Amino acid sequence: MKRVPAPDDQQPDSFAFTAENAAKAEQIIAKYPPRRQASAVMPLLDLAQRQHKNWLPRAAMNTVAEMLDMPRIRVYEVATFYTMYNLAPVGEHFVQICTTTPCWLRGSDDVVSACKNKLGIDLGETTADGKFTVIEVECLGACVNAPMMQVNDDYFEDLTADSTAAVLDALARGDKPKVGPQGGRHTTEPSGGPTTLTDFMGDG
Amino acid sequence: MLRDEDRIFTNLYGFQDWGLDGARKRGDWDNTKAILDKGPDAIVDEIKASGLRGRGGAGFPTGLKWSFMPKESDGKPTYLVVNADEGEPGTCKDRELMRHDPHKLVEGCLIAGFAMRASAAYIYIRGEFFIEANNLEAAVQQAYDAGLIGPDACGSGYSFDVFVHRGAGAYICGEETALIESLEGKKGQPRLKPPFPAGVGVWGRPTTVNNVESIAVSPTIMRRGANWFSGLGRENNTGTKVFCISGHVEQPCNVEEEMSIPLRELIEKHAGGVRGGWDNLLAIIPGGSSVRMLPKSICDTVLMDFDSLAAEKSGLGTAAVIVMDKSTDLVRAIARLSKFYAHESCGQCTPCREGTGWMWRIMERLVTGEADVAEIDMLLEVSTQIEGHTICALGDAAAWPIQGLMRHFRPMVEERIMDRKNKQPAAA
Repeated sequence: MKRVPAPDDQQPDSFAFTAENAAKAEQIIAKYPPRRQASAVMPLLDLAQRQHKNWLPRAAMNTVAEMLDMPRIRVYEVATFYTMYNLAPVGEHFVQICTTTPCWLRGSDDVVSACKNKLGIDLGETTADGKFTVIEVECLGACVNAPMMQVNDDYFEDLTADSTAAVLDALARGDKPKVGPQGGRHTTEPSGGPTTLTDFMGDG
Repeated sequence: MLRDEDRIFTNLYGFQDWGLDGARKRGDWDNTKAILDKGPDAIVDEIKASGLRGRGGAGFPTGLKWSFMPKESDGKPTYLVVNADEGEPGTCKDRELMRHDPHKLVEGCLIAGFAMRASAAYIYIRGEFFIEANNLEAAVQQAYDAGLIGPDACGSGYSFDVFVHRGAGAYICGEETALIESLEGKKGQPRLKPPFPAGVGVWGRPTTVNNVESIAVSPTIMRRGANWFSGLGRENNTGTKVFCISGHVEQPCNVEEEMSIPLRELIEKHAGGVRGGWDNLLAIIPGGSSVRMLPKSICDTVLMDFDSLAAEKSGLGTAAVIVMDKSTDLVRAIARLSKFYAHESCGQCTPCREGTGWMWRIMERLVTGEADVAEIDMLLEVSTQIEGHTICALGDAAAWPIQGLMRHFRPMVEERIMDRKNKQPAAA
């Protein structure tokens, strides 16, 4: 997906952290040595994005630049380099489908088709009601649970066309579908049950 | 097969409590002070003797790496940085360690940090791992609250901090100097070496960057001894390893096994075998997307360790085994990886920035056969002009999958081109 900043008419004039997030920002900055506050730029941009409907307007970048005493261009560089910063509005449910080889081998094409069919949009598009944006992404690091997609912060794994559609339906209804493997296994153990550590399945 | 009592990550699948109480039941944080009391040099020696090699891909001896840090303090801080920016396609092991056994990593940070006389650890975790980062941050807080880390870590008198830093979606930040740049609040573009991070690292201070698994196994090595660890696997390829088995197997999974386990045994014992049986196997990428693939004939006998796989011109990498059965369009599988590298190139070095996109476009034409046979040699030639000509190894990583494909399956690629040519109507 091309990462193009939102046009000026969609950019808010100003951005300010809420009191709660301003306090969080102070805690984040304190993680780094004195005068190394620029290290906080990534977490602060993330915080701003979470506060602003999952996208990062230029005004927020400017606010972060000021807080960290960084030239604005340095903050823009970071915001445009890292793919998790959305530079333009996205849907309420931001669907990222992994299509890299391990997921492709297990049927990520079916997941892509299911999303397109269910939502009536192509990759890189947002539904007219603003509920869903779907994009293709590179490896999300859940390869033994392929194919998978991430919706906002949650991973949905071991997907089929049907379970993909079911997850989207649940989200559209405002439900919270079960996160993780959709096929019944716990996490990354073999689907037939663990071949190791069978004495370690309880709480002890 | 490795016995359960020799497994380090006994909560790999998360059936138990990942928090401090669960971790203590699994033996973590058990008299850590006694380990620290041995002193930094004794810890480094023990890790050296265990034969532990870095679990992030390169396989550099971990104890030796720790020994590069300055022995005498100049009064300013030095750092341990944990590379938890797991993003190599096929790889999903560090994720499990962080969400299900985060205390092994936190305790490992203290022990490794103490051994290299570092003042703090920064754990750089990929941004998409949100739940994992939350668990890890919670584990760090639990460790602070229990006095296990902080101003008097485990009552040792040693002051040590641990911080979690989330990335934001850039594969390149798994490269150690790009990770350092990123941690400083910049674009993740690799630095030239030398100077090496042990001399000039994050914020200009001596720094050691280690993979999650390398750090997380170190407390258990210290408890059970170097001899126990080095007794597993083969000489120069010791210990246990978390393998990720994905692709065309009956039951994809993560599993901790003994280093040097035969590839076929690994897949048949734990992943339910290749889909359709072993004879339905076409090829395997044995160590994450960056290493060269192996045809079935080599997979029949090869051992899963650094030296065996290097001898086959592939590599253990991250031990992420990507299995492809006979239904696979191998050209497409590799073309998709070429797209990955083109997407993830940071753009700093011209051969990689231009070359990865160029190779991807040629690969896409090879998928349909819309190419000339001579272009295969041109592609290989270009791949060697990228390999070794860039600041970091991403250029190499983009070249190797293509080289692996052509090394073992070139006739198949040529056949596709000829088939397409034969189907074209002759020019009028």
